[in-house]
Amino acid sequence: MKALGKIAAASALALYPALALSDYKLNLQAPQTPIAERIFDLHTLILVICVVIFVGVFAVMFYSVFRHRKSLGYKAAHFHENTTVEVLWTVLPFFILIGMAYPATKVVIDMKDTSAADVTIKATGLQWAWSYDYLNEGISFTSALSTPQAQIMGLEPKGPNYLLEVDNPVVVPVGKKIRILTTAADVIHAWWVPALGAKQDAIPGFIRDTWFRVEKPGIYRGQCAELCGKDHGFMPIVVDARSPEDYAKWVQEQKAKTAKKADQAAPGNRG
Amino acid sequence: MEAAHAHGHTQEHGHDHPTGLMRWVATTNHKDIGTMYLWFSFAMFMVGGVMALIIRTELFQPGLQVVNPDFFNQMTTLHGLIMVFGAIMPAFVGFANWQIPMMIGAADMAFPRMNNMSFWLLPPAGLLLVISLFVPGGGAAAGWTLYAPLTIQLGMGMDLTIFAVHILGLSSIMGSINIITTILNMRAPGMTLFKMPMFVWTWLITAYLLIAVMPVLAGAVTMILTDRHFGTAFFNAAGGGDPVLYQHIFWFFGHPEVYIIAIPAFGVVSQVIPAFSRKPLFGYVSMVYATASIAVLSFMVWAHHMYTVGMPTAAQLYYMYATMLIAVPTGVKVFNWVATMWKGSLSFETPMLFACGFLFLFTLGGFSGLVLSITPVDIQLHDTYYVVAHFHYVMVAGALFSAFAGIYFWLPKWTGKMYNETLGKLHFWLTMIFFNVTFFVQHFLGLAGMPRRIPDYALQFADFNKISSIGAFGFGLTQLLFLYIVVQTIRSGEKAPEKPWEGADTLEWTHLPTPAPYHSFETAPVVK
Repeated sequence: MKALGKIAAASALALYPALALSDYKLNLQAPQTPIAERIFDLHTLILVICVVIFVGVFAVMFYSVFRHRKSLGYKAAHFHENTTVEVLWTVLPFFILIGMAYPATKVVIDMKDTSAADVTIKATGLQWAWSYDYLNEGISFTSALSTPQAQIMGLEPKGPNYLLEVDNPVVVPVGKKIRILTTAADVIHAWWVPALGAKQDAIPGFIRDTWFRVEKPGIYRGQCAELCGKDHGFMPIVVDARSPEDYAKWVQEQKAKTAKKADQAAPGNRG
Repeated sequence: MEAAHAHGHTQEHGHDHPTGLMRWVATTNHKDIGTMYLWFSFAMFMVGGVMALIIRTELFQPGLQVVNPDFFNQMTTLHGLIMVFGAIMPAFVGFANWQIPMMIGAADMAFPRMNNMSFWLLPPAGLLLVISLFVPGGGAAAGWTLYAPLTIQLGMGMDLTIFAVHILGLSSIMGSINIITTILNMRAPGMTLFKMPMFVWTWLITAYLLIAVMPVLAGAVTMILTDRHFGTAFFNAAGGGDPVLYQHIFWFFGHPEVYIIAIPAFGVVSQVIPAFSRKPLFGYVSMVYATASIAVLSFMVWAHHMYTVGMPTAAQLYYMYATMLIAVPTGVKVFNWVATMWKGSLSFETPMLFACGFLFLFTLGGFSGLVLSITPVDIQLHDTYYVVAHFHYVMVAGALFSAFAGIYFWLPKWTGKMYNETLGKLHFWLTMIFFNVTFFVQHFLGLAGMPRRIPDYALQFADFNKISSIGAFGFGLTQLLFLYIVVQTIRSGEKAPEKPWEGADTLEWTHLPTPAPYHSFETAPVVK
């Protein structure tokens, strides 16, 4: 049985990279942070358990559907209770749930730990764009959708990053803990980048936070995830993760051209 | 003990079966009122359905082709409100009205006149919601959940919506008072609580849920009204308030609300499956306790709709554990239904097809709910199409299929006519196929990262959106077939036999003729 377990585990592991290939877009996006990976694996675990139970239960139902038919002359049995079976199918699911809750608990605790961040960026949701303040570097800018209206209205062919491109992306260093503070200037928005495994509501008058640590340089795209008015679907997020050296260069460039605008800054800006 | 005699006939002295428009306006007969609820529900289903098709037409391809983003949001909002409050809830109240008195051997509901008012509040409320689309600024465009502070910003359509919600709540509360009083006081001699049909149990439990939470919804929308117009700051941080407070109040209503929809659906299925298995419901007592557990637990899990607001770790963990727990009694119910079928003598007329479709697809929806209950996974899936897929599986493939099962099951008793079995089966299979084409792919859209409530989307979501939209049109058109089937049955269906369903054994089948008389059980039967 141990060998069987090892084979099962090995095949599952071998499948993971395949599952991560989102070519067919049947699964979560390929995870780019340790938290996103753990979420991906947690989802796989739960999905497998659910599929196994679902197939088991409905195999029984379909067996009845095909074999226990009046048209085949099958006569109904008369039982209508069985305490043992009832207890079993109340208690067993309870233990299965504990099996899911235990790994999930660890991920919840780790997701909530935003301490000891290397870079802290405040993301303010606006109707309908994001504004970013790098608190320790003194950089601020607004990041708005850069897809031309002509593409949206069908007057031009759509680019490959249609609706997921902005004028000023959020640049971060790879391998460092990035803490995102969220707030909003008007209504509730939400800051979400699926590949990074981070989603946090941006609530006017309050500061919340989330964090991520990107493993590889690259461009990661997300969207506002809380209905915030007519252009809710048109205020994406782009994270540009660069090597620490490239990030430092970018910071220097930004400091040089930062003009702090008195705009619809979030109330928390007054500290 | 004399059965209570309906007193609603003072206008028709000597007239046992009134006619004309005033019959319907003034009726206090539970059968008439049930019929009105069901027709109203169907009309709202069509209106909400058209809105869904507008949504799916816009989402057929990337880009904006058909509507502007603000109107799109009005459509998503009103589609939700109309389907939840105008279609699915009134449908099951219609079943409650028709069936509860007959199933407990009572002549009518406890408060027949209030019953009339409960129904007649609905058409004005529905009208208010529809009219809200045509006032300056258009209808509310904040999703059916109406979150502040977005709703504080909206135009007068929001005020009409608040008014409509109040009226709908009043209707539900009065209806629930009626249902509880009827069930607790008017059962025939010998029908103890644990001899009641499961459908009656589910409505007893649901009515308590309604009374507990509809006032909470009323509170939430009233606080929005005063924030909008009367200088309060419940949901405005600058005034000392908190937008998240709205979410707590709303979801304290909102989570029990989904069980208010699901539990009567469970009740219908618990009548249909035993009848077509020719075998008693397995584990009747456990089913009662499981349903009650689900109802009680439903009050304790609301913040699983709020995992991303920024609540403390301990709160996220509590809500995750509590929500996962609901899977236990729900699982018990699914197992008991399957055990009812096991070694039964099954036949698959249309009611049973829909009941089995319910069993299969509601369970699938339940599993996607379990996935969503796991906080870290929900962080990725919250506000995406995965959630849209989940709730359509449990509310459409769950509650709606159960309602179809109930209509086909009870139409002979109500009308004395049989529906066309071939057409009924066709309705089932087309609904089944198109439903899954529409909604199964939405799980993938959510996993892949498509948010909810957006009128346009990135290119990687195009294929599944196209498929979903095609399915939606198929599904919608198929429901016109259902309308045809029902109308054809009423007008020219074949005469139904006294007992069309061999395995049906509740009082309306065993003690009443088919069709049931306008006044039934004027003398209570004695139940052994």
